[in-house]
Amino acid sequence: MHIQIDEISKEFGSTAALTPVTLGIPSGALAALLGPSGSGKTTLLRILGGLEFPSSGRVLFDGQDATGLSVQERRAGFVFQSYALFRHMTVFENIAYGLRARPRVSRPADAEITRRVTKLLDLIQLPQIGTRYPSQLSGGQRQRVALARALAIEPRMLLLDEPFGALDARVRKELRQGLREIHDNTGLTTVFVTHDQEEAMELADLVVVMSMGRIEQVGRPADIRARPKTDFVREFISV
Amino acid sequence: MSDATLVDLQRRRAFRAPTNEAPWLRVLLTLGVVGVLALLLFAPLIVVFVDALAQGAGAALASLANPDAESAIWLTLTVTAIVLPLNAAFGIAAAWAITKFDFRGKAFLITLIDLPFSVSPVVAGLCLVLLFGSNSLIGGWLVASGYPIIFALPGIVLATLFVTFPFVARELIPVMIEQGRAEEEAALTLGAGGWRVFFTVTLPNIRWALLYGVLLCNARAMGEFGAVAVVSGKIRGQTATMPITIEMLYNEYLSVAAFSMAALLALLALVTLTLKTLLEWRYADQLAANHRH
Repeated sequence: MHIQIDEISKEFGSTAALTPVTLGIPSGALAALLGPSGSGKTTLLRILGGLEFPSSGRVLFDGQDATGLSVQERRAGFVFQSYALFRHMTVFENIAYGLRARPRVSRPADAEITRRVTKLLDLIQLPQIGTRYPSQLSGGQRQRVALARALAIEPRMLLLDEPFGALDARVRKELRQGLREIHDNTGLTTVFVTHDQEEAMELADLVVVMSMGRIEQVGRPADIRARPKTDFVREFISV
Repeated sequence: MSDATLVDLQRRRAFRAPTNEAPWLRVLLTLGVVGVLALLLFAPLIVVFVDALAQGAGAALASLANPDAESAIWLTLTVTAIVLPLNAAFGIAAAWAITKFDFRGKAFLITLIDLPFSVSPVVAGLCLVLLFGSNSLIGGWLVASGYPIIFALPGIVLATLFVTFPFVARELIPVMIEQGRAEEEAALTLGAGGWRVFFTVTLPNIRWALLYGVLLCNARAMGEFGAVAVVSGKIRGQTATMPITIEMLYNEYLSVAAFSMAALLALLALVTLTLKTLLEWRYADQLAANHRH
């Protein structure tokens, strides 16, 4: 799905989190919103997911205005920074949540839910953990369960907020590969937020460098490396 | 001397212990705490039961079987049964609004929730009398229509509701702040509507705090005296609750009857506490899992 962000701005009280930003993310891309904290990257991601609404501007999905679409109607697979797994449910029930939440007419039968959850557990290569609780999982396992839960609703896009932020370096490398594979297999337009320029450059096809609520540069990793547009970009990617 | 202290003493030969007060000082402090606890908490409880049983268990039970006493017990249980679900619902609604949303006047609402803690119950009772008494506009009309509030059950329920309002909300707010909004937001992105999110995510996450809040509310609702005393009119056999009956009996020097009812009230509170401890013990693993992972 093609995502078009059209002159979006967002104010929280009197502070501006996003000065009008415009950005197109082509269908099937793996895009990174890269910037330091306070750059507005998470706000932009939450606006895409329907968790925040812009003060002005429009969001278009495949050319259709989606600005007023509720979070439920967006069908965005969202992976939260600390994963936000439901702590009182097993891994199986976490992944099945989105399917069970569907209106009765489109809700799959129990056998079908079991089949789909099992398939997703295989996809994240953790077939045995369905009966465990989130508190019994490692950080890397939690991240993959959160990904499976987001994929279970057959989302139109995948949005990830600092998906590797809470993990140690080794697991981080492994899961980057995992996300790349899932993206390539599903072909979903994927946007992830990160403050780690190495992660953005290595994983994404399209890097959006942000600072102070503005977009500094958009481009392929190699282009940004070769021709940083502003001093901020040059400095930020050199660290 | 306990094992822990012995180990501590042995260690002190090798290196300086982090707490190195003289042994006599530690014993003194411990005894002081135990003494204060005994004097302020356990002694009154024991005295209540001793005085209740001063003329034997038969006399105590007989005084409770008196129709006026039975009516008081029923009234207190009825009021509590009405107040608990209402305050649980109000408390959840208030805590949910305060912790999951940002809106104008939030600080004011938080202050408002604490109001019953800071206002004297007697003042609260008087306010209800002024508002709903037969001399007021609303009260006069209600009495004329055959629905008296003051000196009747509705007044007692209102007074108890007001006094016990903060307990559930106060218990829930810190827990819900600590848990944040992420799980609710996750449920929303997965397509769940507001009520579904509440019943499948929010409520299961706060059930323990809710239970504590309700138990505290229960203990306070059964024991409330000040506000209820003003609005109840103390009509024996009709609007006298257990605490009010205790006061009336005591003023009439019927000490066995007064202390029997006091002992029963204390027992009800103890049952509540025991219930809480039992549940904590039974669900210890779930409680641990409920904390942030």
